[in-house]
Amino acid sequence: MSTTGNGTSQPVALRAQALHASLGGRAVLHDIHLDIAQGQWTSILGPNGAGKSTLLKALAGVLRCSGQVHLLGQPIHTIPNRQRAQQLAWLGQNEASADDLTVWDVVMLGRLPHQAWLAPPDDQDRAAVERSLRYTQAWDWRARALGQLSGGERQRVLLARALAVEAKVLLMDEPLANLDPPHQADWLCVVEALLAHGTTVVSVLHEITIALNANQLVVMRDGRVTHHGAAAAPDTHRAVCAAFDNRIAIHPLNGQWVALPHIPDRAPHAN
Amino acid sequence: MTTAAAMPTHSRPLLLGTVLIAVSLLLLALGIGVGSTGWSGVVQAMDDPVALQIVWEIRLPRTVGAWGAGALLALAGAVAQGLFRNPLADPYLLGSASGASLGVAVSLALFGVSPMATHWIVRLGLTTAAFAGAVGAVFLTLLLARGVQHTLRLLLSGVVVGVVLGACSSLVMLMVPDVMQSMQAFLLGSTGFVGWSSCVLMLGIWAVCMAMAWWLSPVLDGLALGEATAHSLGLPLAQMRIALVAVLALATGTAVAQTGLIAFVGLAAPHLVRSAVKVTHARLVLLSCLMGGTLLMAADLLARWLIAPQELPVGVLTAVLGGGYLLWLMHKGSGSSLGGRGT
Repeated sequence: MSTTGNGTSQPVALRAQALHASLGGRAVLHDIHLDIAQGQWTSILGPNGAGKSTLLKALAGVLRCSGQVHLLGQPIHTIPNRQRAQQLAWLGQNEASADDLTVWDVVMLGRLPHQAWLAPPDDQDRAAVERSLRYTQAWDWRARALGQLSGGERQRVLLARALAVEAKVLLMDEPLANLDPPHQADWLCVVEALLAHGTTVVSVLHEITIALNANQLVVMRDGRVTHHGAAAAPDTHRAVCAAFDNRIAIHPLNGQWVALPHIPDRAPHAN
Repeated sequence: MTTAAAMPTHSRPLLLGTVLIAVSLLLLALGIGVGSTGWSGVVQAMDDPVALQIVWEIRLPRTVGAWGAGALLALAGAVAQGLFRNPLADPYLLGSASGASLGVAVSLALFGVSPMATHWIVRLGLTTAAFAGAVGAVFLTLLLARGVQHTLRLLLSGVVVGVVLGACSSLVMLMVPDVMQSMQAFLLGSTGFVGWSSCVLMLGIWAVCMAMAWWLSPVLDGLALGEATAHSLGLPLAQMRIALVAVLALATGTAVAQTGLIAFVGLAAPHLVRSAVKVTHARLVLLSCLMGGTLLMAADLLARWLIAPQELPVGVLTAVLGGGYLLWLMHKGSGSSLGGRGT
């Protein structure tokens, strides 16, 4: 079946079984079954209102919903908070209001799951924070307040915060929001470095062209997973186009895939 | 750049704390001298028992008490602003102060005690009633606002709860006219009836609340990143939120039971601290307390001195000054923390 991904050989980082969720009385997720392969980058795609962010929240255990989520083989709600926080990091969308904290303090919050309660940060914490800030080129702003940064700069700091957890599984909701093209490319490099370390990355993306760089794509529509497969596979591309009412088309270009608007009246170029 | 240079310096918060303590001590010294008999009372205190009594029984406790009440209100304000992720949260705007004063009004009507009573059992009883009222009001506000996410709804609910509970207090006063006189002084907010038992109670509860707020402060830091992120960091949000509401209500209730309704200190003190230094919540709450204590002590001095030998109720003065400060904050525009999210 297409929704169970690419076979059984890969160990599973996150497993969703029979997930149902509703927001404000409206059903947003219908009977989701999904296995996210360990050590791979899985991207969730779909039109607005397809339930992508809700699915990601359910996978992170942030949202209470019916059904089961297993993180690295354990039911996520039975894992002690602290242990879960060390294994799974989360980068949300538009939720921070930490304008009055310095960049350094914000990123240090990512070390909370590794620190004893109220313990001052040790050398390992400081090293992790510095690494994360350098990764996202946010190191120079470490003494500034988050509220003094632009939207894109802020996003890089929040990404550094999520990286500082150094978790095995990293979930990101719209991580490219407000990032300009050079920093979108940098984000791809960060993800590649994470994959090289064996981290599992799951992202919700609106930028289809960027998402096509992932290992696996999960295509959603109307609260259901319509397809789950390798990002380079032709049937996955067909499913992506179908999810967007075939108003986009996916083309190869210089060894990458690009998604472009599909305008039927215009004659396609001969490739 | 090396790791040694990594951490932002902590010298500014330390400097601010030192300055605030120094100013507080200076105001304390001034507070002993300001009153109907002026400095001559202090000079005579060495050999005149009446002058000594004025300084020791009246001026000193009320000055120390002003610091304690200011610190408690500022603590409540700083905790509320972090907990509700809302820069306008304040013991007043959340209705908790009105709830506390209703608690006091009801206990005055039922037991016929005076808010000026200095016996510590009376003070403790009034504080408990104020605490219960404050907890009830905060929960009522949260219930009406259906959570804390929606800023405008939270503030409107706070206003509604404040007005309704205020009306209930008035009703209690109408039905039991005996308490009218004592409630009057109380509603205006005054440090005039703070004795040593009130001081000890306020400072003791401030120490307890401060220790709890310090212990719970990582939750406030985590919540600043959003609810989902705080949850993902493994913070036990549900239990700690309840504990923080309890701290907030205890601090508000204690301050209101001793000094009546004193507005805006809880709102202004954390704002002033944040505009001077960027620190995590543990230090923010502590510095806010020092700031709030200093502010109310200064306001109390001003209230005693402005129209001497008469004196203004300090609550009237803070309402005027604090209201002006709030207006200025709102006019400061998009760059301010009141504008919500940056950019």
